[in-house]
Amino acid sequence: MGLDDLYQEIILEHYKSPKNRGSLKEPDATAEGHNPFCGDEISLSLQLKDGHVHDIAFNGSGCAISQASASVMTEAVKGKSVAKVRELFDKFSQMIKNGEITDVDEMEELAAFQGVSEFPTRVKCAMLAWNALKDGLEKTGEEKDE
Amino acid sequence: MSVDTYTFDVETYRKQFPVFQAPENKDLVYLDNAATAQRPQSVLDAIETFHKEYNSNIHRSAYKLAEKATAGYECARLKIAQFIGAQSSNEIVFTRGATESINFVAYGWVQKHLQPGDEIAVTELEHHSNLIPWQMVAKKTGATLRFIPIADDGHLDYSALDAVITRDTKFVAVTQASNVLGTKVDVKRIIDAAHKVGALVLVDGCQHIPHSITDVTELDVDFYAFSGHKMLGPMGIGILYGKSKHLNDMDPILYGGSMINDVGYYESTWAEPPWKFEAGTQNIPAVIGLGAAIDFIEEIGYEAIDSHTDALAEYTLQELGNIEGVSIYGPRKNRIPVISFGLKSLHPHDLATFFDSKNVAIRSGHHCAKPLMNRLNVPATARASIYLYNTKNDIDRFIDVVHQAKGYFSKWV
Repeated sequence: MGLDDLYQEIILEHYKSPKNRGSLKEPDATAEGHNPFCGDEISLSLQLKDGHVHDIAFNGSGCAISQASASVMTEAVKGKSVAKVRELFDKFSQMIKNGEITDVDEMEELAAFQGVSEFPTRVKCAMLAWNALKDGLEKTGEEKDE
Repeated sequence: MSVDTYTFDVETYRKQFPVFQAPENKDLVYLDNAATAQRPQSVLDAIETFHKEYNSNIHRSAYKLAEKATAGYECARLKIAQFIGAQSSNEIVFTRGATESINFVAYGWVQKHLQPGDEIAVTELEHHSNLIPWQMVAKKTGATLRFIPIADDGHLDYSALDAVITRDTKFVAVTQASNVLGTKVDVKRIIDAAHKVGALVLVDGCQHIPHSITDVTELDVDFYAFSGHKMLGPMGIGILYGKSKHLNDMDPILYGGSMINDVGYYESTWAEPPWKFEAGTQNIPAVIGLGAAIDFIEEIGYEAIDSHTDALAEYTLQELGNIEGVSIYGPRKNRIPVISFGLKSLHPHDLATFFDSKNVAIRSGHHCAKPLMNRLNVPATARASIYLYNTKNDIDRFIDVVHQAKGYFSKWV
């Protein structure tokens, strides 16, 4: 189990220079996530258009993993359909929990978090923004089709 | 006293803790003692002997096994009473832990006696377990919760005492030592101020009692709460000390078997304290284990334990203070060996993962003291806490890992 599997270069870049940081002026939904064990906090705002994530932004404070994960997530979901985002959620949480990736190309930068699976105490950090996103999507009324 | 110039045979004591002998822990540096301490063999033996030789229920059976269990249970009560200087063993109530002890007082005494307009005072240092019960009971009674602030040096701002503790104050709950900053609190001063206005005081002794002797009679404290597992005893056992007159005037929280005097179809009466607070089958092996833990501490003596852990803490503070970029939270003097720190802007959770990768166990997070984190203006801290089996080598390893972390995360902060 190597620390370098966790603290990857891509994670460092997003931690130092997070993308989509801030809050949207007219969001369709906002959602909060916090991890009561370590105090990580995320607030998300998102805008949907034609069943797609039109825009998304986050604010927050916390460990490198939680903040970088939020940044990478916003990049990964922007412009994607809600159905696709839900699919990514499932794939990301699978990868975080089991270390499994089915399609590396599809995961793009998200794959940088594969090493989290070796650090059970950090799973919650990596999932924080994703769980907030799931809440946010539910608030917009874009329920699952199934 | 410098860490190199006193004699405390730490290896002799450390050898008695099986967790450090386990092959997978040979390399472990355990510095999370404020969360829970390890258990010596004598405590494990006492628990095992109960299960193997006289497992039975107490207070209700006329056979030798049960007599022995009852004697073990009540002897431990007497031992604890003597250990903290109580007037009588009837002032010692067994609970599941300090949290339960505090809740018993909140709902059994404070809720019964407070009215709208009354005030409850706590401090900014409190662990959630000595804060949330008072928030809840204030809501239920219409009382107001007030805070004794801390000063920038991490000690309480005692100059605010007169402003916070007034004739409206009916109850004061205060920690004896902070689980985050290590601050020792001058509880005697607070108790005197509270008694002057007729208020009662509960002291949360969880962090203090592993390190220093407490005499509840000398302190004149009304209620004193602590847990067994932070002082080498088992988990799941705690103590509530209460002055007899207050325990008499306090309602039980749990009703059921063992706590009764007489039971009719529609009405029942309660046993005398402490038994009226001990409903249901108690954690008898843990009580007996806690008795063994007190024997262990008394055999070494608080003075020796203190001189060792204080010297290690002093050494840690000095070495940490020499590392550029490290912030130490909390006072330098008059403290327990619990040290909160940060490394530049690095989040403590990242720091703790790094420490874990080097097999050094520290704690990171808000330490169940979110209002204090807010006061310190940090989301979390990293915390190293020392106990009697820690060695100078443990501290050297710890300091070395801080240096390594600083290098590893140099691009991150």
